[in-house]
Formats: sequence, structure tokens, C-alpha cells
Amino acid sequence: MDNILLKVEDLHARIDSKEILKGINLTIRPGEVHAIMGPNGSGKSTLSSVLAGNPAFTVTGGTATFHGVDLLALSPEDRSHEGLFLSFQYPVEIPGVSMVNFMRAAVNAKRKYFGEDPLSASEFLKLMRQKREIVELDNKLASRSVNEGFSGGEKKRNEIFQMAVLEPRLSILDETDSGLDIDALRVVAGGVNKLKSEDNATIVITHYQRLLDYIKPDFVHVLYKGRIVKTGGPELALELEEKGYDWIKQEVDEQ
Amino acid sequence: MSSVSQYVNLFVENREAIESHSSGVLNTMRDLALKSLEGKRLPERGDEGFAKTSIEKMFEPDFGVNINRINIPVDVARSFRCDVPNVSTLLGVVVNDSFVPTSTLLNNLPEGVLVMSLSKAAQDYPALVGEYYGSVARVDRTAVALNTLLAQDGVFIYVPSGVRLANPVQIVSIFNSSVPMMGVRRILIVAEGGSDVNVLLCDHTQVAGVEFLSSEVIEVCVGENAHVDVYSIEESSAKTSRYSQLFARQADGSRLRVSSSTLQNGTTRNDFTIDVKGEGCETVLSGMVTADGKMHVDNCSSVNHLSPRSVSTQLFKYLLDGESQGAFEGGIYVSPEAPYTESYQSNRNILASESARMHTTPQLLIYNDEVKCSHGATTGQLDRNALFYMQTRGVPKPTARQLLMQAFMTDALEMIAVEGIRSRLSMLVERRLSGDVSLCGECSRDCHKID
Repeated sequence: MDNILLKVEDLHARIDSKEILKGINLTIRPGEVHAIMGPNGSGKSTLSSVLAGNPAFTVTGGTATFHGVDLLALSPEDRSHEGLFLSFQYPVEIPGVSMVNFMRAAVNAKRKYFGEDPLSASEFLKLMRQKREIVELDNKLASRSVNEGFSGGEKKRNEIFQMAVLEPRLSILDETDSGLDIDALRVVAGGVNKLKSEDNATIVITHYQRLLDYIKPDFVHVLYKGRIVKTGGPELALELEEKGYDWIKQEVDEQ
Repeated sequence: MSSVSQYVNLFVENREAIESHSSGVLNTMRDLALKSLEGKRLPERGDEGFAKTSIEKMFEPDFGVNINRINIPVDVARSFRCDVPNVSTLLGVVVNDSFVPTSTLLNNLPEGVLVMSLSKAAQDYPALVGEYYGSVARVDRTAVALNTLLAQDGVFIYVPSGVRLANPVQIVSIFNSSVPMMGVRRILIVAEGGSDVNVLLCDHTQVAGVEFLSSEVIEVCVGENAHVDVYSIEESSAKTSRYSQLFARQADGSRLRVSSSTLQNGTTRNDFTIDVKGEGCETVLSGMVTADGKMHVDNCSSVNHLSPRSVSTQLFKYLLDGESQGAFEGGIYVSPEAPYTESYQSNRNILASESARMHTTPQLLIYNDEVKCSHGATTGQLDRNALFYMQTRGVPKPTARQLLMQAFMTDALEMIAVEGIRSRLSMLVERRLSGDVSLCGECSRDCHKID
């Protein structure tokens, strides 16, 4: 049987009255890493927002099926429980809400969704400790407010830390490399690779080939004007790095 | 008939009974009060300083006053069902308007400290009570005059020079009656030079279906270098109205912290009039409101700097949900005699629903050039990006809202300097926002009806 984790068909979406996604088709199987690249304003971040259920966007057509579940019918929190994770390009600062309370609420909500009892305080702290090590997240960040006063690198590490805790089936990393220095990039990418398995999949949204040196994609898609206009293997990313997007834009605009 | 004449008539007809249940200075002040009520009316909505709240309307129903001192039994334990243990307090109870001491209070009061019935204090310590009663409250204000006219009892808290009370004094005021009633409440706090006292005032209503009005006047005299904290928490009912007026006077080098929290109520107006008479004083005034349903909460502050080199800070935060209404009338006055004053005021509000409303009027009146003052007000909504971010981590929207609301109150909670009271209030706010009534049994509050 064909094992499909996410199938997106002819997805259209708009914000206010502006149509951004104009027919996205994408199929992702367990164990795969997909990179989505494309020039600024092509709809990459919109695609991740729409899949995660951001209420600012309206889906105007098409479907997204996540391991047999109608993804678009679910609330953002239920999408998370079903195994979707979005690492934000700009993680939100939430003054006054501690990381510990935030993660406890997240973990226990998921457990409740699956009919399990909440974790005890010691079980929860043990889980936090284990997962922190994956991204070398400083213990003292855990007692601070969510992302408040974190450096760019700490924010992105914190995203991967949350991903490690929630153990998603599909992770979307939205420009996780932006604002990272080389060392932080290595730590973050290392965390993602440690979490990779045959059962989960990753979508990496990025502008640069650099991140793909660390997180090796199986497929590279080019998004332009709200559609995936080209799909290839890892070599496509290298070609884009060398030649830019103009040749693809030309191809598309001539059609 | 206006509310004023309604209650003046009640007084005139029952003067003998009222005075027989009271004593000393409480009675001698009544003539002054009666005189100052001539031709007066209570503030109505739209009057200056009363943009959103009509005091006249609050007093309009012909509330009964417990003139004949009928003893109404009250189950104190029931009001504490929702309370948090681990704060050991010197506890006194006010049932409607009568003071009832508890055994812990009587057995644990340090020597010289008084926490007792105001009426009894006026009898036992006439000179002491006479010196302070009515000396801070402004009897030319109609509602103060009405309170002075009808007050039969109240609470007297006296801390002699240099005495520092380790445990907070807690006064729990409870409404319990099968018929509508006005509680004429009076609290007099005197902290002599160099003393230190924390007072926690908790207002509860035990019968949710009956209408109550609390007419309260609190006087606070803060002696030289004395430290006084007054924390007030209202958890009453949808049918309870409250007009509470706190008047404070600070002597040289003193520190006063006042924090008022409205967690559950019907219609409330709180006035805070603080005269910083002494030099080099510190004043911290804060307010916290969590409202939903049809709750109405109006806070009015006037911090008056009358001498040089004092610092005052005000922070009022409102979290308004449902169809609730909030109002803030903030005032700072710096007199020509008060150079080198530092005075700050901030009012921040969240409208968590489309029907909630907030009205804010922050004001500064500065008659001096040598000052550092600021004021500001903001009203907004819960951060949508933060809500979405939390949801993508699986936190359900109601929980995410609750976490953000709790976070919004963090800095207001931090204004509460007494750790035990702060954590207690933090827990009450959390419980209020989460609608967790599992521990509250038959509690009459509608805490669980929050979104």
C-alpha cells in the first residue's frame, strides 16, 4: 500500500483579499525530507501558516490530508496533537508565561487528547531534561518567559526543543536558518537530524543551500507565484545556488 | 425622593436607636455629617470624575440598614472554602456591618496593638479614636457624610509607635441576609511613628440572590517613618454594589502601599484619595480587575503630593471579558509646595471580548516645575500571534487565553509586596481565570462561567 503522510491537492489560500497560494500539490511520505525554496514573496511562509491553521489566512480551495485525516478541518491545537509541528521563522515572545508552564500545558493537552493522564511533576521535569540535551538548550532558559529576551539562536534552538518534546510526525521548519550563525546552525540542524526517523518527515523552507548541507533533502521544490513550479533532487538546490531564480522565473513567465 | 433624603429620613427617625448602639465620637460626628448633607446629592453618571458610574443609582433602592443590631449568624468557614491556607493572619470578621473578633485574633495580638470593634474602641479609648476618626476622610463628600451619619460600627486597627506586626491583619467582610441591605462599613487604621503593619481586606457575599450595597469608608493614618500596606480583594456577587472610599494621610518618611483587586462583583466604585503630606514619602497604589459577565468596575485615584521629595507609583490593570465594563479615573496632583516629586501612573487594559468596554481618564495636575511625572494608558486585545503560537504547540485556545490573561496580571501581582498575600492572590486570579470550581463546592460565585 502506498504510505502517504501528507497529501496536498490544488490548495488555494488568501489573506485579506489577496490570493497567495494558487494551487499547491505536494505529496510527502514517512522518512522523507522535502526542501521548499523560492524567491521572496512566492508563498513559502503562507504554505506553512495555512498547514498549521493560522486564522489570518483563508483557504479558498483544495485539500490537505494528513495520514488520512482532513487537516484543514482541524483546529491548530488538534493539528499539533495529530502530529504536525511548525517551527516559526519568528518565534513569538510571550512575556509572563514561563517556558515550563507553557510546555506543561502543551504536553498535557496532547496526553488528554489521546486519553492519557497528565504527567507527574517529576516525569515532566525528566522529559524536559532529556529533550533539552538534544539542542543543548540552557537550563536557565526553561525558567524564563517564552522566548522573551532570547537571542536569535536561542529562539531557534527553543523551537527544535519543543519539536523534540512533541515528537511530531511532520515538522515544517520555516526558515530555521535565518538569523543563525554557523555554530548555532550546526546545533539546530544536528537536533533536527537526531529527531529524524523512518516514521516522520520534514519540510525545510529555506532561501539558502547552506542549511541543506546539514539537513539533506530527498526532494527540492521551487515555489513561485503560489505554485510549485519545479521539483527535483538535492542537485536542484545546488543549481539554484549557482544560477539564482531568474531562469525558473523566465521559464514560468513564458508559459 | 433622592437617595440622600431617603437615608437622612431614616437617620432622623431612628437617631436614638442608632446612637444607642454606638458611642463617643461616632455619635458626635453625626451632626456635622447631617449639616453637610443639606442640599447635597450623590454623584450621577456623567458628573466630573464619575464618567461611567452613578453613585445615586447604587443608593437609590431603599436599602434597609441593620439599625436594631439583629444578630445575623454567619458561617465564616464557608467564605474560606475558596481560600488558600498557609497565610497565618490576625483575623477579624465583619458581618454585614458588625465586627466579630476571632479567638486567634484575641489570643495573638501583640501588646498595645488594637484590632477591635470601632464602636467599642470609641467607648474604651475615646481620646485615641476621637483624635483620628473622621480626620482623614472628607466629610464634605456626600457619600462620606452619609456613611458618617449611619455608621454604627466598624473596625479599629491601632499599631503603637515602633511596633512591627509580623502577621497581616485580615478583615473579612461578609454579606449575609435574606433581605436586601446596606452595610455601612467603616475602617480606621492608625499606624504610629515607625510602626509596620499589613492589612488584608476581603469582601465576600454569601447569599448570591439578594441585593447588597456596601458603603465603605476606610481611613488610614500613616505616622512618621511608618510602613502600611493595605490589600483589598473583592469577591462578592453579581447583585452586590460597592462604593468604597479610602482616604490616607502620610507623614514624613512613611511608606504606603495600597492594592485593590476586584475578582467578582456586581457594580463597584473604589476611590483612593491619598494625601502625601510628609516629605520623602513613598506611595504605591495598584489595582487589578478581572471582569466578565455584566460586572462593572470603576477605580478612581487621587494621589496628592503636598510636600517635597516624595515618590508615588500607580499601576491599574483591567482584564475585561464578556459584557463587562471598566473605568479608571486616575489623578496625580503636585502642589506648588512639593518640588522634587516623582510620580508615575499607568493604566493598561485588555478587552478579551467584543462587548467589553473600557473608559480611562489619566490625569496630571502639576503646579511645580521641579518634578518627574508620567502617565499613560493603553487598551488592547490578547496577542493573536501569541495565541496562535501556543495553539500550534497543542495548547487549546481557552488554556492559551488563560495563560496570556494570567501573564498580563504578572506586574500588577508584583506590586503586592507581602509574599504570602501575593501568592494567595496569584492563585485566586489563576483560579478565577481557569474557572476551576472543583474546590469551591457550593460557592455562590459564578467563577466557572468564564469563557
